[in-house]
Amino acid sequence: MALALKLLKQLRGPSTTTSTILYRNLRPRFSNLRSTIRLFSDPPLSEPLTIPPHQKPHSPSPSSLNQYELAKFAAIAETWWDSEGPFKPLHQLNPTRLAFIRSTLCRHFGRDPLSPRPFEGLKFVDVGCGGGIVSEPLARLGATVMGVDAVEKNIKIARLHADLDPLTSSIEYRCTTAEKLVEEQKNFDAVFALEVIEHVADPAEFCKSLAALTVPGGATVISTINRSMRAYATAIVAAEYLLHWLPKGTHQWSSFLTPEELALILERASISVQEMAGFVYNPLTGRWSLSDDVNVNFIAYATKIKTANL
Amino acid sequence: MNSLIIRRKLAEHIISRLKFPQRTLCTDAAPKVSSSHSVQSSNDHVGQQSFRNEVHPYDIAIVGGGMVGMALACSLARMPLTKHLKVAIIDSNPALSKGLGIKKEDPPDPRVSTVTPATISLFKDIGAWKYVEQHRHAYFDQMQVWDYTGLGYTKYNARDVHKDTLGCVVENKVLHNSLLSCIQDTDFQKTIYPSRLSSMTLQPRNLSMGVDSTSSGLNERGNLAKLDLSDGNSLYAKLVVGSDGSKSRVRELAGFKTTGWNYSQNAIICTVEHSVENRCAWQRFLPAGPIALLPIGDNFSNIVWTMNPKEATDRKSLAEDDFVKDVNYALDYGFGPHPKSSTLGSGGIFSWFKTDVNLSPDECFRVPPKVVKLASERMVFPLSLMHANDYASKHVVLIGDAAHTVHPLAGQGVNLGFGDAFALSRIISEGIAVGTDIAEVLLLKKYEAERKSANVTMMAILDGFQKAYSVDFGPLNILRAAAFNGAQYIPPLKRSIISYASGDQRFPIFS
Ligand SMILES: Cc1cc2nc3c(=O)[nH]c(=O)nc-3n(C[C@H](O)[C@H](O)[C@H](O)COP(=O)(O)OP(=O)(O)OC[C@H]3O[C@@H](n4cnc5c(N)ncnc54)[C@H](O)[C@@H]3O)c2cc1C
Ligand SMILES: C[S@@+](CC[C@H](N)C(=O)[O-])C[C@H]1O[C@@H](n2cnc3c(N)ncnc32)[C@H](O)[C@@H]1O
Repeated sequence: MALALKLLKQLRGPSTTTSTILYRNLRPRFSNLRSTIRLFSDPPLSEPLTIPPHQKPHSPSPSSLNQYELAKFAAIAETWWDSEGPFKPLHQLNPTRLAFIRSTLCRHFGRDPLSPRPFEGLKFVDVGCGGGIVSEPLARLGATVMGVDAVEKNIKIARLHADLDPLTSSIEYRCTTAEKLVEEQKNFDAVFALEVIEHVADPAEFCKSLAALTVPGGATVISTINRSMRAYATAIVAAEYLLHWLPKGTHQWSSFLTPEELALILERASISVQEMAGFVYNPLTGRWSLSDDVNVNFIAYATKIKTANL
Repeated sequence: MNSLIIRRKLAEHIISRLKFPQRTLCTDAAPKVSSSHSVQSSNDHVGQQSFRNEVHPYDIAIVGGGMVGMALACSLARMPLTKHLKVAIIDSNPALSKGLGIKKEDPPDPRVSTVTPATISLFKDIGAWKYVEQHRHAYFDQMQVWDYTGLGYTKYNARDVHKDTLGCVVENKVLHNSLLSCIQDTDFQKTIYPSRLSSMTLQPRNLSMGVDSTSSGLNERGNLAKLDLSDGNSLYAKLVVGSDGSKSRVRELAGFKTTGWNYSQNAIICTVEHSVENRCAWQRFLPAGPIALLPIGDNFSNIVWTMNPKEATDRKSLAEDDFVKDVNYALDYGFGPHPKSSTLGSGGIFSWFKTDVNLSPDECFRVPPKVVKLASERMVFPLSLMHANDYASKHVVLIGDAAHTVHPLAGQGVNLGFGDAFALSRIISEGIAVGTDIAEVLLLKKYEAERKSANVTMMAILDGFQKAYSVDFGPLNILRAAAFNGAQYIPPLKRSIISYASGDQRFPIFS
């Protein structure tokens, strides 16, 4: 309860634009959480959700790697930059998620929203960078970017592609995981994991690693797909949308996080969600737009609590 | 934990804020205005060393510094997210580096454009309109369109669409020069190459691939285009903009296909003088094509007269007095009677249209002011309609006449081009806001999708008009007259025609 109050204060405190901010109480949704999970046969979330992080026995660094998922990405790595290929949905989604990032992080870091390179001088890491679809724009926006991915082939492609443009050739790409970076005691002003958490073995552990990589007062941005009937229906109906980059079958499906669950596991990693937005796809125009409908795809901007006193 | 609250806020509005910040931007820059119209300034380079340019390539190479190419440059120079871009402008027109001496006493140049209110407001946004206003220009708030059969006419008033003006007639060189002056106000990094594009290489150089590249999509994306110029220089750029007019070399080199046809019609254009000032735009459809009389300030008007090529050649060499006689004849009783002014009653065949409508004197048919003198040379242009099937591919994008030429009938040609230039600069700016590569095909296709629908709609309308008026066949004439009368007496329809022609509506209701 004390934590919640602190959160509330934090959320309201520094904001200069309170009048335009929508608050939404998530309590009614949380009461459904358990039953929602039980709808699915395999509940990988129940453990991390019930064991608060600080009570967990110190175990060897857990791996977030899900080999089955990684093999899928390795198989289509060549096509990362084919804007008509399997990653087309990510290319189409890109301007929209970067608009969210630009707007939230300009505010977070007090940067001029009219600057062409607002993130100059900031250190970012893009975890699960794939071919670098997000790393490259972040670099063009001025950030010093490190991109990491567990799949070697992705990193190769990302490197080759970034070298084509002097604005992106400074990106440092490494084939590694978030956990390894934590071991190396790296940290960053902002940590990104876009469309990655649904592919990792243990989302809660993964979030802890993201948190450890974020400097106190820094930002964490996560986007993923909701575990909702609408998301399921959309994914089934829009074949192209699901083609390769989303897991098939209910097993993987059940590991998706709802916005509330994501907020909760981030909370336990000392990261508090500040803003969320949904992405809505218009199949006629092939365009995505931001909305407050988080039923299908959503993105969260969160900040790491300055002094972690849990 | 129960009261966990998530704060959400939409970020989309940020994009809309990234356009022109405010008109104040122009006033900020105002103290820097130099009195000279010369293009040479400290931030101006004339490109020489191709070596240096390969190492530091341009962001954008604008091939063709005509009105549309300069509008793009100007708009890029004015927007906060694009003003840092490194831009090369390639055009052999000496006016680009030396400026144009425009003397107010000279009679107006016959090459003029009718700019729409939408274009005027775009020019105001980038701070270029104030330079237009320093030179000769003529706003008009009335337009009369009629035909030689005497069956119908229609008048458009700015008041009908709650506007002050229907448009403004400006010499092309004034528009061009205003854009040049406007760029001088900024510290935009531009390099002018006084030359012409001769060839272009879009394939990336030495792109060695460590992995099998056949399906990676990497090989389609070269990083730079190489441009070779007729003076032996070459340069590299991420994005090549073809604004090199209807015979675009960029379009040809990039392999964009076109659709189009010649009208087998020519237009004679010239400046004429009246004894009084003309305040209205006039257009009369004659058997061989329309004649338009546009006010251009003082006692001058501009004539765009469409006819078959043989007539055009004959009229070009006709003695001046005889030509003036021909013009007056064509604008008055030539080829057929005046339409009956409906206030004179007597119920023409379309009298049922005018129920409940009282005509003010403004609504009556009038005869245009007499031409007393020819005030410029006569120029003859072939007319054609052409539309590029694509406007954009990786690295290359077309704007203005390079993408489309239309019949000059409604004075839309250059307005469509300005629309292209401003849309492209806005889309580039939106791309930069989210870190997109400006040569990215998905980004450029956004521009194409936005402009194609606007341009094709207008082209279809103008072509339809052109076809409808190039046939002299009884029943068609009556239909035409019905259309005129319809336009005259059904205000909503008329309003939407005007507002479409003045550039502020996407689709006309009669599409
Ligand atoms: C008779 C006539 C009347 C018209 N009346 C009107 C009217 O009333 N209202 C209206 O809105 N429009 C009118 N138009 C159309 C209008 O003139 C054009 O739409 C307008 O000029 C197009 O501008 P642009 O910049 O795209 O092309 P252009 O004005 O043709 O400019 C092209 C530029 O590219 C340069 N260039 C060409 N090739 C190369 C190369 N290989 N390398 C480098 N540079 C190159 C040229 O030097 C030139 O400066 C009329 C056209 C005609 C023919
Ligand atoms: C759907 S892609 C998203 C790519 C990129 N972030 C984007 O949004 O464009 C997911 C990526 O995460 C990577 N990945 C999956 N699990 C990972 C893990 N545990 N650590 C690092 N990368 C991982 C995959 O290899 C794949 O490239």
